[in-house]
Order: sequence, then structure tokens, then C-alpha cells
Amino acid sequence: MNPPSEPIRLLAFLIGLIIFAALNAAYLVWLERKVAGHVQRRIGPKEVGPFGLLQPLVDGIKLMTKQILVPDHIDPILFRIAPPLLLIPAVMSFVTIPFSETLVARDINLGLLMIFAFASINVLGILLGGWGSNNKYAVIAAARGVSQNVAYEIPMLITVITMVMITHTLNLNEIVRQQAGGIFNWYIFRWSANPLMLVSFLIFFTCSMAETNRAPFDLGEAESELVAGYHTEYSGMGFGLFFMGEYANIVIGCSLATLLFLGGWQCPFGLWPGVHWFLIKLYLLIFTVILIRWTFPRTTIYGLLNLSWKILIPFALFNLILTGAMLKIWPLIFP
Amino acid sequence: MSVLAQCDSKETFVLNLGPQHPATHGVLRVKLTMDGEYIRQAEPVLGYIHRMHEKMGENRTWAQFMPNTGRLDYLSALSYNHGYVLAVERAAAIEVPERAEYIRVITVELNRISSHLVWFGAFILDLGGFTPLLYAFDDREIILDLLQAVTGSRLTYCYFRFGGVYNDIEPDFITGTLAFIKRLRARMPMYHNLVTKNIILVKRLKDIGFVPAEMCRKYGATGPVLRGAGVAYDVRRAEPYSVYPELDFDIPTHPEGDSMARYLVRMDEIEQSMRIIEQACTKLPNGPVMAEKAPKIIKPAKGDYYAAVEAARGSFGVRLVSDGTNTPYRLKLRSPSYSNLSLFGEASRGMLLPDALALMGSLDLVIPEIDR
Amino acid sequence: MISQELKNALAKLAVNEAVVPDFKDKGFHLDVAVAPDAVAPAAEVMNLAGFFLEAITGVDWLAEGQMEVVYDYNHSISPGRVVIRARVSRATPELPTISAIYPGALWHERETHDFFGIVFTGHPDLKPLLLPEDADFHPLRKDYTS
Repeated sequence: MNPPSEPIRLLAFLIGLIIFAALNAAYLVWLERKVAGHVQRRIGPKEVGPFGLLQPLVDGIKLMTKQILVPDHIDPILFRIAPPLLLIPAVMSFVTIPFSETLVARDINLGLLMIFAFASINVLGILLGGWGSNNKYAVIAAARGVSQNVAYEIPMLITVITMVMITHTLNLNEIVRQQAGGIFNWYIFRWSANPLMLVSFLIFFTCSMAETNRAPFDLGEAESELVAGYHTEYSGMGFGLFFMGEYANIVIGCSLATLLFLGGWQCPFGLWPGVHWFLIKLYLLIFTVILIRWTFPRTTIYGLLNLSWKILIPFALFNLILTGAMLKIWPLIFP
Repeated sequence: MSVLAQCDSKETFVLNLGPQHPATHGVLRVKLTMDGEYIRQAEPVLGYIHRMHEKMGENRTWAQFMPNTGRLDYLSALSYNHGYVLAVERAAAIEVPERAEYIRVITVELNRISSHLVWFGAFILDLGGFTPLLYAFDDREIILDLLQAVTGSRLTYCYFRFGGVYNDIEPDFITGTLAFIKRLRARMPMYHNLVTKNIILVKRLKDIGFVPAEMCRKYGATGPVLRGAGVAYDVRRAEPYSVYPELDFDIPTHPEGDSMARYLVRMDEIEQSMRIIEQACTKLPNGPVMAEKAPKIIKPAKGDYYAAVEAARGSFGVRLVSDGTNTPYRLKLRSPSYSNLSLFGEASRGMLLPDALALMGSLDLVIPEIDR
Repeated sequence: MISQELKNALAKLAVNEAVVPDFKDKGFHLDVAVAPDAVAPAAEVMNLAGFFLEAITGVDWLAEGQMEVVYDYNHSISPGRVVIRARVSRATPELPTISAIYPGALWHERETHDFFGIVFTGHPDLKPLLLPEDADFHPLRKDYTS
């Protein structure tokens, strides 16, 4: 059998990725509610289907059949394009993510760059959604969202540059391939490349949580301050798209952390690499993110910005310099 | 019209916080004049659930007003019961049997713990932490069950009577209460480890939201707000009533005056209330729970009477003016949250919105009690 | 407890002999009736003595054609309740504000104005606090019927 032609293959992948993103959004909500329930000494969803597994489906139907209320005095264009603007870049980012060595929609050499290019668009969705709603809470939330994203993109990118310096490539598949051969070849434990690799991972993970507006950094939708933040005025599927976009972003952030630091689809003991390892690591990270949300209270916007500008960025820069120095010095010692 | 167009030349805007807002815990509205996220001016707007309890009091007999007192502060209704019966007993010179006094103290302190537990959960909820609320409610549920067995209701109690309490407690209640205290004692370290020592919580509360003692005095703030500013004022000690003089407890104070101090004061008060209940349970004498000579129809002598109790939120006072008939001539309810909230405008000036909401949460407001 | 200096200072403002009731019977330590225009000086005296304002309230004496305004003071360090009361005529219920001395009085005076229609001259903003903003009735007046 001939391999399918490129356009058909890409189309199949795109449909698959959209389904993946949608299912992820749906079942991460279920997982989130279940985990939250058990953290809080209750059961979580249980009525619809076994273990409440059909709950996301019912919620989805509810969201889709709900009337979309469009308030007066909004900006009709911005209000409507904001939710897709948040969701589409997130889904597009999946295109370059290698689920396994072969299971990747487009194995392009600039994959990492492309993901960050798309990731920067989602802040536009937040800004336009907040601004277009003409609601003061939404505008405050949008302003917060933007300053937060700008602040956290910098340490995140510096950390990624460190990684690129070590790996010499922007191709995600190639980065994973370099981590073959067991847990100590994962970049998080590559002490020889940079003794502060664990710190790099923590910076990256913190930043990706802040980038995706997850608690304890969910200032854009701090309900005790700003009601519902930038999606205060959205109802029905408008809100649903924001929601899906948010969860898609979480998946992207955790995928990147898995790929860059945790060896992607590589097995911890060097056996049977494949998509299952990628998914296991990915969902463990997501599970951590969910647990953090239900454990910590929310920071404030200035606490958040201080953390970024005063702690994360200096550390990331130091890390960058250290890596550069190590790259130059190592070959001199061990030629 | 865009949001920016609504701003005047000084670049401020008015943010309408409430009457329905997740952080106001009820129908409180605060008109905030904001400069970015900084508060220039905050003006609480009250009265959304004003029910004119004081007029109701003038239209019914002394005893008929009892249920109203349970509807002022839905979280620590028994303290308000207590304040009112104390005032009427003072006016009508009714003696209360000792057993009834002890039962009053036990139930009021249980109610205080449950009120502080709700505050604890809701306050962390204001700060964005969801989970402690569920744990606090888990503990509170036991108190509500205990009190339900005695009083017949779970929230808006009407248990005290002029000259005693409505009915005697069962031995089960005492064992249940002591078991609950044992359980809560074991859980307090968990609360402190998970919440009090949480770095984010400390960063959000420490050195933020100052309410100094002088500001408390100018606005008449009492209760944990005043004790969080370092003043050891507690009506239970200042004007001893009931059997509090016979019980050994401390007045927790923290001198810093910030949100963290008020948080710690309330957490310490839970411990002190547990001590009080334990002592009261051991000392509980036998005897009647209702004064035998308590008159059926109350007609206090002409004149003014005042009685204050330490409610969960501060000093609750009842001023009675009697004209010698079977209805009050004037009945003034001095509610603590009312004075505590009145300082919010001054205390929140120049603060950031999230910090101001942390300050508001640390005042522990119950809106029906403010609006009366 | 109430110091002798405070008693003397208040005695100068009192219209008649200050009452020192039995706390156990009444619930307060000192009861001073002052003239309406002595309310602010009395508040100043209380302020200097370090008292805080518990509440301000009114009483409508319909039969006597008078309204009474009652100020409850208390001290948080050496507890002692002082009641200061002033009577104004029911036809023109007016007396000066003490909100410049005790900012906490701003709300209490607004509330008393809501309920009794007593006007506190010099109060910066006497709009209704607990009643609706267009309320033109005073429910705690004895001749008020809904």
C-alpha cells in the first residue's frame, strides 16, 4: 500500500488534531472536576454515565444549544473574533508536536519557533475579548493578561534558547531523538550540559503555567476580583471556545515541557519508545498542574510580575550565560 | 462607548463592585473610583437587604422579637440571641439558672467556631484558594448537626429564652461536642500547615491592609479587627456576662494590624473557644434550664437598658428603651460589621484591587447584620 | 472605669445632673444629658479621653414633642460605657454633626437621619444609607404608618 499523498495525510492529521484538542478540553474538564472533587473530599461528577464520564458531552451540548447573549455597546467584530483567535493558534501548535517518531503532522525544522509564534497570538485573543466586551472587569483582566504574558514569555524564551544552544536544533523530533537511551539522557537530568537543568525545567514549567493563565496565576479570570475576567460577557459557545483554547494551551505547554525536558516519546529505560510514553508523561504533568490549582491560593498581579522580572528572568539569564560558558569550556577540557 | 471614553480627564473610572459580586459575600455594593488597579476612593452602598428589624421590634412583644435576632447574622445567630436575652433579662431583672448559662456558653462558642470556620473558608476563597472552604464546611457540618439536635434549626437559631434556654441538652450532645473538639484540634495543625504557612497566602496578607488601632477607635471597629490591631478588647472580659468570668481563656491579639494579624486572631480564637467549651462541659452543673420565676408576660420598668456580647464579628449591643408596656418602645441593634465596614473607605484608599478585597475579606462581613 | 476628670469635663456640658446608674441594672456607667449644641464639644471630650463611638441612635418621644439622639461611647482599654443624650424639638430636629471628630459617625448619623429625619448640620452627605435612595419617609418616627 502506498503511503497516502501529502495533502490527504495533512487533512487527516488536522481533523485528528482538532478532535484531539476538543476531546482534551472535554476530558480535562472532567479530570479537573474529578481531581478537584477528590482533593476537596467529595466525588465530583458522577451522575451522567459511569464515573460521570459522559458529563463533558452533556456540558458540550448545553453550551452549544445555549443562546449566545451579545450585550449592547460591544465591539461587534472584536467580540466575535476573540474566541477563535484564542483557540485556533492553540490547535495549530499541535501540528508540529511529535506524539511519536512518526506520528507528527508536519515534521518541520522550525517546529519550536512555530509553536512560540502561535503561542504569542493567544494573548491577542484575551486582549481583544476583554476590550471588545466593553466591560470594566474584562478590560482590567485583559490588561492583566497582556502584562502577564509579556512578562512570562521572556524567561520562557530565554530558557528555550538555552535548550536550543544545547540541542543545536529547533526540530522537536530531533530534540527528542537526542534524549534516547534511558532516563538519564533526558535533558532534565543532563547535568553535563548544564548543572542547572532542573532549574531550567522549573522556570519553563512555571512560565508555561503563567502563560496559560492557570492557577495560581489565573489573574485574568480571578473570579473573586474580576467576576470572570476577560470572558465575563461571553455565554454559550463563545465561552466554550475560550474554555477549549485554555485547555488546549495547557496541553501545548505540558507537551513542550515533555518534549524538551522529559524525553518526549522516549521510554525511561530505553525500551519500546512510542506515543504511549509521550501521553503518560503529558498527562502526569497536566495532573500536576491540576493539583497545583486546587492547592494554592491566587497570587496578585504585582506578585506575579515581581516573580517574573526579579527572580525568573535573572535566573534564566544566568542559566543562559552558564550554558554558553559550559558549551565553550567543556570541549576544551575534554577535547 | 468604550471604557476609556467614560474616564474623566484625571483618568479614573468607577468600578461598580456588587451588589452581586463573588467577593462581597452577599448583597453589598462598593462604588470604587479606580485609577488603573489602584483604588482612589471606595464607597460602600448598603441597604439591599434592609428589613427594618428595629421597627419590627416596636410592633411585637418582647418575646416575639426573639426570632428576628437569629436573622441578623446568619453565621453566629446564637450570639445575637444572647445579646437580646441579656438586655431583656437586665431590663426585667430575670435571674438565669446556672445550668442554662453554661448551655448558653457552650452553644454560643460552638456557633462562634462554626462562624470562624465559614469565614476561614470564604476568606481563602476570596484569595483564590478553593479547597479549604470544603474542609471548613466539613467541620462546620458537625457543629450544625450538634446544634440542630439541641435548638431544632441549623442556621437561624432561636434557642434562648428570657430566663434560660428552650430545652435541656442531652448527654449525647456533650459527648458529641467533646468528640468534635478532639477532631478539630487534630485538624487545626493541618489548616496551619496547608494554609497559614502557604507562601502565597503570607505574601498576600502580610504587611497589607493596615487597620491601626487608632482607625479602629475612630470608626468604632471591634472584635477581631480591633484585636488584630493589638488591642485586647473583648466584651467577654471587659463586661463579663453569663459564666465567662468562671472560665479560663485568653484574648488573642496580634499587634501588626494587617490582614494577616486579623487572620491569625480568628484562628487563635477557634482554639480559645475550644478551651472554653471543654471547661464548660466539665463544669456543667445539674439543675433547671429555665428560671422558675420567669414571668410569662414581660413588662420591664421604664428606662434605658444596654447589653453587649462578644459576637463572632465584634461587640454586638442592644439598646432598649422601655415604656413599661409589653412591647419595646425603642430597640436599637448595634451590629459590629456595620462599624467594621465603615472604615473600609479609609483603609482601602490607594490600595490595589486584589489587596482591598483581601482587606474586605479579613473584616469578615455578614451583610444582613449590616443592613439589619 | 470612668475617670473623675472625664466626669467633671462632661458635667460642665450637662444640662442636668449626670446619672451614674448601677451597671448591673442598666448596662452603662454614666448617663449625661447635654444641650443639642453641646454634642460636638462632648464628643471632643470623649475623643480626648480615648473613647470610641459604639453607635448613634434616636428615640422619638411623640408625646413630649421631642426627639432624642443617643450617643453610646465605650473605651477599649479601660472599659466604661458613657451615654450622652441630647433632646431636640420634633418640629425642627437639628443638631451638629460629630463626624469631624469621629468619622465612624458618618454612617450612624446618616442612618439616624434615615430613620428619624433628624438633620445633622455640617454632615457632608446625608443621603439615605439603609433606605432606598429616594426614600422621603422616616420609619422609626412613632407617627409613621406604612
